[in-house]
Amino acid sequence: MPEEAAETVPAAGAGGAPALDERAAAVVERLRDRLGDGVIETGSACGSPVVRVRRDAWRRAAEVAKEELACDFLSFISGIDWQPAPRPEGEDGGDTSAPVQPAEMTFGAAGSAGRFQVFAHVESTTRHHGVTLKVDVDDAEMRVPSWVPVYGGADWHERECWEMFGIVFDGHPSLRHLYLPAEFEGHPLRKDFPLLAREVKPWPGLVDVEPMPGEAAGPGEAAGGAEEAGS
Amino acid sequence: MTATTPGFELDPRALRHLADAQVNVELDTGDMVLNIGPQHPATHGTLRLVVRLDGERVVAADPVIGYMHRGYEKLTEFRTYPQVTTLINRIDWLSSFANEVPFIWAAELLMDIEAPPRATWIRTILTELSRIATIYLFLGEMGLQVGALTPAFWAFRDRELVLNLIEAATGGRFHPNFNRIGGLKDDLPWGWIAECRRAMRRILDGCDDFEDVLVGNEIFEARTRGVGIIPAELGAAYGVSGANLRASGVDWDLRRDGRPYLAYPELDFKVWTHPDGDSFARYWVRLQETREAARMVLQLLDGLPGGPIMAKVPRIIKVPEGECWVETENPLGQMGYYVVSKGATGPFRVKIRSASFSNVSILPWLLRGVYVPDVVTILASLYFILGDIDR
Repeated sequence: MPEEAAETVPAAGAGGAPALDERAAAVVERLRDRLGDGVIETGSACGSPVVRVRRDAWRRAAEVAKEELACDFLSFISGIDWQPAPRPEGEDGGDTSAPVQPAEMTFGAAGSAGRFQVFAHVESTTRHHGVTLKVDVDDAEMRVPSWVPVYGGADWHERECWEMFGIVFDGHPSLRHLYLPAEFEGHPLRKDFPLLAREVKPWPGLVDVEPMPGEAAGPGEAAGGAEEAGS
Repeated sequence: MTATTPGFELDPRALRHLADAQVNVELDTGDMVLNIGPQHPATHGTLRLVVRLDGERVVAADPVIGYMHRGYEKLTEFRTYPQVTTLINRIDWLSSFANEVPFIWAAELLMDIEAPPRATWIRTILTELSRIATIYLFLGEMGLQVGALTPAFWAFRDRELVLNLIEAATGGRFHPNFNRIGGLKDDLPWGWIAECRRAMRRILDGCDDFEDVLVGNEIFEARTRGVGIIPAELGAAYGVSGANLRASGVDWDLRRDGRPYLAYPELDFKVWTHPDGDSFARYWVRLQETREAARMVLQLLDGLPGGPIMAKVPRIIKVPEGECWVETENPLGQMGYYVVSKGATGPFRVKIRSASFSNVSILPWLLRGVYVPDVVTILASLYFILGDIDR
């Protein structure tokens, strides 16, 4: 299913993602026109256009968005790690309260070439449209051109993305820690970075969970609510 | 104070020259680094501001944030969708209800569920109430920061009316956790609507009081006019949003201009802007917005539809695979969620776009060259909530 959806531009209606409307499609068209083969793939985030561009077109994409699409407003820049988090196995495998995600690596709207991506959203305060731009990050190199020369506000967003994912932004004036203390090691938003609070102590909600009536019932708890447990 | 050696009196004029000389020497020493915060009344929390001063003038300012970073983006990956609302209540803790709305909206869009009209209208009412509760505090606090104590007490007094309403409807004063995917937890309690009308009239009167006391007040205007001017273009490039951007003349409000949400398309309201972009403009725009919000609530109460408050929702909530970007006009500015779902009971990744983070990121630019007392004015007029910066 993901393979099929990846090819077409708007995955019409599939999985709750409606097709792009006219205005959004025009934004995508303009980017495709200006960036040429810099645009790899496009998609939709519930009707909001998503455009994935090549790494060497990343800064140019920002310039085109700002100057030609009037997207003067920088909403955010952040990263994403598509690799599923390692799940603890066995009984003493740590925290098991987190929702179970699929074990294989799949990519979202507009796809991805590898594990890491940087994505950003820009908007127009005058024409009232917006676009999410994505760029693949090479696992070995972990570098992306900075947007600071185009959008001044990219400064803090890129610092956050750098400390949370370890992605270096070329041309950023000073990549310093933003939220975390200067001596912090590791990149917390990577999927393989454990949530230490849960490793140390299991989720308190799990401690006093009693078995549902009917399923692996303890002594004395029998058919009472067996029908309900199944629903 | 005076020389004590008997028979030896220093000429007082000489003493004064001596003191002057010392002051001059101090002024010549060049830059001084001053640490404001992390515990300082003007920072409303734990924002630390390192400013380099040349005399009374700020040469450079560097906000140091993260003292309250709670890692919500990471935590959402360990929660189910209904559990996430508990976390996001605490991002901007003054307008928690308004925080819930976009996240629930994202989940509803992905699941293709629509909340019934009554739920949508009550959501709109409570969103506007939390806007009033948030901004009303600012209207008083801004006075406090520039030396007028009384408005702050008025603000706390009248805000209580709104908080009581929120508490009566949701059970929580600050963290309602009232939204459910597909609707609301409960309907409004009996007698709530009449009470709400009364409170809104009080709020409208209160706005008049603020206007009488502060707007046009010579001291207030002297402290705020021309202080901390944000050019529209630069503000937008920094992601400054909400009233801060509208005070720079940008006529952009997601309630009117964004993807239609809640009951806003059916409401008649005005978006206020001010061309100046200074601290005064930010105060003035927020004052008008509070009035507008109170009027909107009155409108909403008049047109409140009947019917159920919950749509049909599966008991175990699994959100289909997909991505969703939503944004709403929150009291402090643009709040957005980029939700990535992989078909599980919890989100795979949530990017939280909070307003104050971007609003404050312009501080290094904005504070350069201003005088120390203006730093406090500018901090107050940007109006941020620490939890909204640090997430």
